[in-house]
Amino acid sequence: MNLSMKWLKEFVDIGNVAPRDFSEAMTMSGSKVELFEIEGGQIENIVVGQILEIEKHPDADKLTVCQVDIGEKKVQIVTAATNIKVGDYIPVCKDKSKLVDGTPIKKGKLRGVVSEGMFCSVAELGVTVHDFPYAVQDGIFILQDDPDLKPVAGTDIKETIGLTDTKVEFEITSNRPDCFSVIGLAREAAATFDKPLKLHTPEVKAVGKSCDGMLDVEIHNPELCPVYSAKIVENVRVKPSPLWLRERLRAMGVRPINNIVDITNYVMLEYGQPMHAFDLRFIKDRKINVRLAKDGEEITTLDGIERKLNNTNLVIADSEKPVAIAGVMGGEYSGIMDDTATIVFESANFNGSSVRLTAKQQGMRTDASSRYEKGLDPNSCIPALERACELVQLLDAGDVLDGVIIDDKSKSEPVKIKFNPEWINHFLNTELSANEMKTILEKIDCKIEGDEIVVPTFRPDLLHKADIAEEIARFYGYNVIPSTAIKGGAQGKYSVRQKFDMTITDTLIARGLNEIMTYSFISPKYYNKVQMPENHPLRNSVVISNPLGEDTSIMRTTALPSMLEILSKNYNNRNEYAYLFEIAKEYIPTTPDKLPVEKNVLTAGFYGESVDFFKVKGVAEQVLDRAGVKNYDIKADSEQFGYHPGRCAVLTINGEQFGVIGEIHPKVRENYGIGTRVYCFSLNVDTMFEYAELEKHYKPLPKYPAVTRDLALICDKDIPVLELEKAIKEGAGKYLESVKLFDVYQGKQILPGKKSVAFSLTLRSAEGTLTDEQATSAVNKAIKSLEKVGAFLRS
Amino acid sequence: MKAKLEEIRERAKEELSKANAIENLEELRVKYAGKKGELTAILKQMGKLSPEERPVIGQLANEVRSYIDNAIETKKAELNELKLQRQLEEEKIDVTLPSNTEPLGHKHPLSIVLDEIKEIFVGMGFEIVEGPEVEYDYYNFEALNIPKDHPARDTQDTFYITDNIVLRTQTSPVQVRVMEKKKPPIRIISPGRVFRSDAVDATHSPLFHQIEGLVVDKDITFADLKGTLETFIKRLYGEDSVVRFRPHHFPFTEPSAEVDVQCFSCKGKGCRVCKNEGWIEILGCGMVHPKVLENCGIDPEEYSGFALGLGLERVAMRRYGVDDMRLFFENDTRFLSQF
Repeated sequence: MNLSMKWLKEFVDIGNVAPRDFSEAMTMSGSKVELFEIEGGQIENIVVGQILEIEKHPDADKLTVCQVDIGEKKVQIVTAATNIKVGDYIPVCKDKSKLVDGTPIKKGKLRGVVSEGMFCSVAELGVTVHDFPYAVQDGIFILQDDPDLKPVAGTDIKETIGLTDTKVEFEITSNRPDCFSVIGLAREAAATFDKPLKLHTPEVKAVGKSCDGMLDVEIHNPELCPVYSAKIVENVRVKPSPLWLRERLRAMGVRPINNIVDITNYVMLEYGQPMHAFDLRFIKDRKINVRLAKDGEEITTLDGIERKLNNTNLVIADSEKPVAIAGVMGGEYSGIMDDTATIVFESANFNGSSVRLTAKQQGMRTDASSRYEKGLDPNSCIPALERACELVQLLDAGDVLDGVIIDDKSKSEPVKIKFNPEWINHFLNTELSANEMKTILEKIDCKIEGDEIVVPTFRPDLLHKADIAEEIARFYGYNVIPSTAIKGGAQGKYSVRQKFDMTITDTLIARGLNEIMTYSFISPKYYNKVQMPENHPLRNSVVISNPLGEDTSIMRTTALPSMLEILSKNYNNRNEYAYLFEIAKEYIPTTPDKLPVEKNVLTAGFYGESVDFFKVKGVAEQVLDRAGVKNYDIKADSEQFGYHPGRCAVLTINGEQFGVIGEIHPKVRENYGIGTRVYCFSLNVDTMFEYAELEKHYKPLPKYPAVTRDLALICDKDIPVLELEKAIKEGAGKYLESVKLFDVYQGKQILPGKKSVAFSLTLRSAEGTLTDEQATSAVNKAIKSLEKVGAFLRS
Repeated sequence: MKAKLEEIRERAKEELSKANAIENLEELRVKYAGKKGELTAILKQMGKLSPEERPVIGQLANEVRSYIDNAIETKKAELNELKLQRQLEEEKIDVTLPSNTEPLGHKHPLSIVLDEIKEIFVGMGFEIVEGPEVEYDYYNFEALNIPKDHPARDTQDTFYITDNIVLRTQTSPVQVRVMEKKKPPIRIISPGRVFRSDAVDATHSPLFHQIEGLVVDKDITFADLKGTLETFIKRLYGEDSVVRFRPHHFPFTEPSAEVDVQCFSCKGKGCRVCKNEGWIEILGCGMVHPKVLENCGIDPEEYSGFALGLGLERVAMRRYGVDDMRLFFENDTRFLSQF
């Protein structure tokens, strides 16, 4: 919302407060100022000049040389302009002047002839032909053509054309529809600066001719339109508005059009009450029906667009067809034209949500709809209507007929709130007297009646004593209220789960991985990119009904594509290696009306010269170890989408799969444009937490020496080493402390289809030094156990 | 014989002084004091001496032997020392050559800043609670005093799954979930991802992070809100931070405020960083709206509370001088490794 400071000052005398101080004070009382702009931009040294002589340029056909009176002296200016004549008053940039955008103008020579400056167009002054309807777009601004301009050679151009206002731009919060108006902001300013608010009561002179019988209004849906009021103006004289009115509109960022349209805009800006004007000729049967549209009814709005309506859209209709979409935009057909003779001014109140929905459906948010949608005061219809007619008389834009045509079904009982100063003081921690509070409340037009506060109807946001507390607080000053510590102690802490997640993060960081953060939404195409089978259950995702684009249209059921995306970006940015991880959510749909399950999953991804499957497996194992997850099983698996079928393992615990480790399938990494091997693992952190042994117990350090024995075995090459390890552990008994693989060999001296595997066993007893017999017996048992799985001592 | 011993001593002394390797010393020891050494040879002739001479010569022989042994040991120590010196000199390296380490992992900058914020609140007695990212409309809006037709709900802001399920647009629904489950006193923060349908640019992202805070108890006042947030901001931005509270509107708090901190680079004078305002907006907050308390089954006559919400990305951007939000989600290791 833009505000003209000149306009504001009509309602409240805030003196010559600097724009910055004004902005600061308003911001601190709750009307946030975004920025302020002093009109005229960087204009400097531009004055009114009068052309005394025009001669042809001696060396250029398209240029003329003008002698110009600029008050203190006469200057010579060379111009290519053609719309000038001797005697014209024009804006003159003197030597060392600046245009609105800061462009400097200096004395110079054009084709050998000295030019001491330049003539200006409207655009070079930062205004438009709408602001100055008598000026031309492509030519010099001829000042005396505008009947409202009184140019005098030598005077500053900003003074002459009224570029002297300051525009202040406010951020108005949605709870304050009243502040979408000059009067609303003036009320806030008056309360902020503690000055009286000077409201004006519109006066319309009676002409002795009544509007009785000229128009009939009927509201069919009072819940959507509580009040509809109208007045009629005859003998309309459509012409440009006077300069003062155009200046106001310009400062508020509204384009002047003609006196009638400008009046409706002026009143909307001043009162916050949108207005509309119809040409009475086009109201069939002189009947206005405020009703819901019929499905499929059509209207061409003022912007020339034909719109299809439905039965939730409220319209203003004559006896046949809609003439306006209520609170949003009028119809083109019944709009004001040059030959309009009799008009109807509409001032009505519409339901906010209804207007908002209609505007949204029709895809047009207008100045009117954005005001209505926040909920306006039904009681402002009549004053606004009166004000519009007062302006018609003031501008001599037509003859206002006596009387108002109105259908009023509103119940505008003011809200009453119990006045409880003690509660407010306690709530805010202030020590204000009831009288001090009363003074503040009266400044914003609340009345105290006994122990009740009567809230003005233009403040729909005041409903509860907490709302009253806010009003007190913001005028008393948020920053004057003391700052205290919360009473009573409290124990802050991290939950066991939060600490568990921190441990995982810390371990990964210690292992050299960088943490990443990726979007939770992906494209369904990403499932193809990671070769997820067509019928895979994870293809069923939570779908966003209004996504920004396909790339972010579903909630991921696997974080693998996000990881590959980031690895690919790093690879394409020529980063030599990348070791990354993310603990983030995967979203598994349940039923359509229930929330999905949000799984917390750790995904890690690697590429780089020194990475291989076993390094990545090592990182995963260390994370599990640090997290206290034991007794899990690792098995080869060739069925995991996205992974190399021969280089992939799944992790299970208690029969439940909770992780995958592997090299990414060459095709998949090709899909991501990565030209080197990529490794990933993913671990379900929720499952890890479920099985984690978080308590640590100390084991005494060994007192007796260990015995080591090496075993060289021969077995089928397809038996996983882990099977052999398990067999040793099962067989060797309690003395076995650890098993370490130290060699796997296939080739010379080994039969085809076989491999040689060598382990080193460490045996130890807690009771005493192991005897040779004890150690041998343990090893023999291990060998027996190995034989059962098909591994035999190498002879 | 005596002269002979003296001569041996002198000779050994002479030869030892010339020795320059540990191996020479062993040779000398063998030559003089070894089983077939000169000294041993002389001692073997002791039997020929008279009983008077024997102790005298014996004593002298022992003296000479111990002299030689000592001298050898001393020389040995000297030579060892020399050898060590030489070794140390030879082992000299150019310590300015580049180091050779395994890469270090880095926390995401948003995590670093979030951890710091959590730490501050935990220190002030808050617990950390998390809530679902895909959320019922009821929790995200309705229970927070944002009914179906409220302007804040325009689809341009919210990602919808169904009419009743949304991607949460704020962390505030966690407030409601906590109040429904737990009776006051409540002191929690809830960080997490939130979603808005904003197209990606330097300052917008459809996914970003918020930290919600909620305190509910008997007698919680607006002054408590101010005091708590001032403490938080001073811990986060430094004790000399200047904070101001500015009236604002949120449907679920009343009174509501936005909190600004005085611009760090211009100290309030107005500059490019603060868009000439002198202040930088940090967070939104307010006293929990009585209707919200009621919606959660908490009696607003008995209890009051305050809530706050702040955007993590903005804090991190300011902290590290990051001027483009996209960097956080592009995850280039050259970016991540800087933190």
